[in-house]
Amino acid sequence: MTNLTYDDAVRDFDPVFGIEVHVELNTKTKMFCGCLNEFGGEPNTHVCPVCLGLPGSMPVTNGKAVESAIRLGLALGCQIRESSRFARKNYFYPDLAKDYQISQYDEPTCFEGSLDVVLDDGEVVTIAIERAHIEEDAGKNTHVGGTGGIQGAEYSLVDYNRGGVPLVEIVTKPIEGMGARTAEVARAYVATIRDIVRGLGISDGRMEQGSLRADVNLSLRPKAPDAAAQSAVPFGKRSETKNVNSLRAIERAVQYEAARQAELLLAGQPVVQETRHWHEDTSSTTPGRSKEQAEDYRYFPEPDLLPVEPSRAWVEELRGTIPEHPAKLRARLREEWGFSELEMRDVVAADALVLLGDTVAAGAAPQAARKWWLGELARTANEREVTLQDLPVTASDIAELQGLVDAGTINDKLARQALEGVLAGEGSPAAVVEARGLVVVSDDSALEAAVDEALAAQPDVLDKIREGKVQAAGAIVGAVMKATRGQADAGRVREIILARAGVQE
Amino acid sequence: MSSLERADVARLATLARIDMTDDDLDRLSGQLNAIVDAVATLATLDTHDVPATSHPIPMANVERDDVIEPSLTPAQALAAAPQAEDDRFRVPQILGEEA
Amino acid sequence: MTDWIRATAAHMADALAAGEVTSVSLTQAHLDRIAAVDGDVHAFLHVNADGALETAAAVDADRAAGVSLPRLAGVPIGIKDVLVTQGLPTTAGSRILEGWIPPYDATVTRKVREARMPILGKTNMDEFAMGSSTEHSAYGPTHNPWDLDRIPGGSGGGSAAALAAFEAPLTIGSDTGGSIRQPASVTGTVGVKPTYGGVSRYGAIALASSLDQLGPCGRTVLDAALLHEVMGGHDPHDATSLRSPVPGAVAAALEGASGDLSGVTLGVIKELGGEGYQDGVKQRFEEALDAARAAGATVVEVECPSFVYALAAYYLILPAEASSNLAKFDGVRFGLRVERETIERTMAATRAQGFGDEVKRRVILGTYALSAGYYDAYYGSAQKVRTLIQRDFAAAFEKATVLVSPTVPSTPFKLGERIDDPLAMYLNDVATIPANLAGIPGMSIPAGLAPEDNLPVGFQLLAPAHEDARLYRVGGALESLLNASWGGQLAGLAPELATSAGEAAR
Repeated sequence: MTNLTYDDAVRDFDPVFGIEVHVELNTKTKMFCGCLNEFGGEPNTHVCPVCLGLPGSMPVTNGKAVESAIRLGLALGCQIRESSRFARKNYFYPDLAKDYQISQYDEPTCFEGSLDVVLDDGEVVTIAIERAHIEEDAGKNTHVGGTGGIQGAEYSLVDYNRGGVPLVEIVTKPIEGMGARTAEVARAYVATIRDIVRGLGISDGRMEQGSLRADVNLSLRPKAPDAAAQSAVPFGKRSETKNVNSLRAIERAVQYEAARQAELLLAGQPVVQETRHWHEDTSSTTPGRSKEQAEDYRYFPEPDLLPVEPSRAWVEELRGTIPEHPAKLRARLREEWGFSELEMRDVVAADALVLLGDTVAAGAAPQAARKWWLGELARTANEREVTLQDLPVTASDIAELQGLVDAGTINDKLARQALEGVLAGEGSPAAVVEARGLVVVSDDSALEAAVDEALAAQPDVLDKIREGKVQAAGAIVGAVMKATRGQADAGRVREIILARAGVQE
Repeated sequence: MSSLERADVARLATLARIDMTDDDLDRLSGQLNAIVDAVATLATLDTHDVPATSHPIPMANVERDDVIEPSLTPAQALAAAPQAEDDRFRVPQILGEEA
Repeated sequence: MTDWIRATAAHMADALAAGEVTSVSLTQAHLDRIAAVDGDVHAFLHVNADGALETAAAVDADRAAGVSLPRLAGVPIGIKDVLVTQGLPTTAGSRILEGWIPPYDATVTRKVREARMPILGKTNMDEFAMGSSTEHSAYGPTHNPWDLDRIPGGSGGGSAAALAAFEAPLTIGSDTGGSIRQPASVTGTVGVKPTYGGVSRYGAIALASSLDQLGPCGRTVLDAALLHEVMGGHDPHDATSLRSPVPGAVAAALEGASGDLSGVTLGVIKELGGEGYQDGVKQRFEEALDAARAAGATVVEVECPSFVYALAAYYLILPAEASSNLAKFDGVRFGLRVERETIERTMAATRAQGFGDEVKRRVILGTYALSAGYYDAYYGSAQKVRTLIQRDFAAAFEKATVLVSPTVPSTPFKLGERIDDPLAMYLNDVATIPANLAGIPGMSIPAGLAPEDNLPVGFQLLAPAHEDARLYRVGGALESLLNASWGGQLAGLAPELATSAGEAAR
């Protein structure tokens, strides 16, 4: 733990950071074999000689994964290499079935890109991307005995279901000049990557499930009087923090590391170049086990695979499938929908941008869509502790629901009841309205009967109205709504009351 | 090309995860140095403008469709496991960390 | 009464089709032969008696029922233990895989099963195919049927010896630097390394991925051709496998059998001859060239200057790729485990115990060649030498139909003679290695016995990539011519092996 704060650290030092993001692709099958690529699943049920690393097995490249990687590279503004070879990264570890990982080394398929990241206050920063390369994931070790972590474990159990799942690793260049906003920028960068991979449809991008992972590098250097002088100051020693499992954790890990390193430097102690682990429970990092020798991965081109050589024509074709940059999309929709900046921020914070967009596309007015998703549905999602996306209701359901309200078939109150039904799995809004009989009653004879009944119970109302206290009609409207369980057309009820009173409005 | 000291061979053996006794290291160093000397003839060749051949028969873009193929059952996968538990491969304590 | 074990596979196939013999009796005859002689020869690591007879019986039943069968159905075969066979032990000649039963078949194994050929068993080999004498097998060496005190060649000594001892009419081998061709040469049999990618490597335990190829072994060129056509073809599980059609090996072999070599130019590779080559080897090689000329061939000399670097390049590329390919043998998922307190120690102890000396040597050498700071000088340089070798071959093939040389500089040496001198052992491969570096196909056929020791000499033919059929045509012709001069197949001249009553070798 440190006594210094992040603010102290960035006041006295200039932070430089880098992020490595691993994106798990959502292809049907693994990177180099036809086993199912699916989260969860009983241990070792999605394995074959290839991903188990059995003697004699050979990898074959998943073309869909290559296509997804190229699309991701294009969305990141990268150049796409004309010829790239896979390479073996050789090291021994129980979750690495072949004791080498097939990755890319000096020939990443995507390189030299840049990504605009929009911060909460609207400021845009540009992050330079070094490379995005294709590789395979390792299996999973479960440690038994001790605290369940690797230290003090008695033994470990290995499941290779995840082994061979396609990954794209995105590496930024060292990012300088973000100063006090470094932590915020780091978080926003990963959030943008997440939006992009979801928008491309190539990954679930869920950090809590491990389909999006981030390692954060940070170093500090002494502050210089101006930007030009600052660029000339050499980078300090950096730490790499792993196990950062949420966007919030990214921001906090940067803050912690900056404070920790600043404290060391101010005390005249060196910062050790090392790998550290983020601990969510203590909001701190601890050093990883120090290695006696630096690992020598002995990279060489993978002899069992042939080079990836995407034609320029195909790359351009793929470029046409890249959706709008999330920030640009956000700006365009805000204007189209006429939302305020604050309203838009709420939508984005609730991760509801796509849902709203789809709801509007299905015919609802933007404000109505916002009202539903950020109101009733957000409340429900919170209660159930799920995301909006997980709720059993679709954008077109909401559009349909709003459409029924707009047509006067139901009112807001009834609409909420109908929504309950949809969430309960009773069917589409129209089906629920019909089945539950939630239709607004606008049949005059039924309404007149209900009004007369209510008036009979409150006879003085008509006199009050005739005296000019038109608002007295409200009591009758309320009584009628209650009697009809909210299904009366309130406006028509009011008209009938006034007509009974012989008053025009 | 440099000659291999015993310490170099020991380091390489660790990298390759093969235990070696002192006798092994001594014997191996001698043999390896003889081989390394023999392959030193490559140093006399000027190949700076010669491209490397990693695949003898040039091909590219060999890929498969994203289509599911049958997997092994856990029983098949674990049949040869030196030690297994709960349908997973059991290994002794892991000291090092994932790269 | 036909002594079936001495027949050719082609003859067996014809006889089976004609109903002159059953597969069961053919298979049993070979199993009996194995039981009789393999105690001395030790070509087999595992004999699959029940499985082979089961396949044979099924083939016989189908044939009787009029079911249409593949050409080699019912002809028994031995498979080098480098190939994964589901349900049958597969060791790659190593203790680290002792008792391992693979849960899947190699593609070539599947093709053999689809061809309905009874699998007699798995043949012996140098551990992980590293060697030229089969003396590095963890299960003891194989002995050359021509002289049991001598090596049968390596790494595929078992596959070649099984042929020479008449324990099998056909076997499958693998060739990374000559491991099919060199044993063929020293046992007086025929062995072919196809164009790289011509036969699927899926299920072949990898040594050097960019050099390995599986290939057919037989006592005649036609037999090898028949097996080549069973083995070859594109495999979606092997990304490096060729999409081009399987070479027309059989047609070429039949065409060549006439012995007519008019229009054919043989290019003698200058660098693969001369000093270091045994006198008797050179003499038989020249005699073969004379026979070729008499049959209408032109003989020219070609120079391939980069070949002097081939051995060095090979002994950098192979160990480098092998060091990575053999990392998976770590005691975690299969094979031997020597348990220690941590997985790191377990891996190191397992590999120390499970790997033999030659394997350890090459793994360490390969680790060195790839290590930080050395890549460019070692592995990187060696890959450039491959380009030079390919260029030399390309230039040479402008002048000749096939290139030729003695397959091995010497006849088979005695067991134990070179085991303590790795470099002397490596020299066995000097003529065969260039073809693997370039990826082109090569064949060794018997060229007679060296007069000084009466031991087999081999004649090597090389063809351009994809032109495997040329080997069968020219090789077939030369074989006809040479057989005529010997009065029959060379293999028939091997000394009789003492037979022992007793159980089949295990």
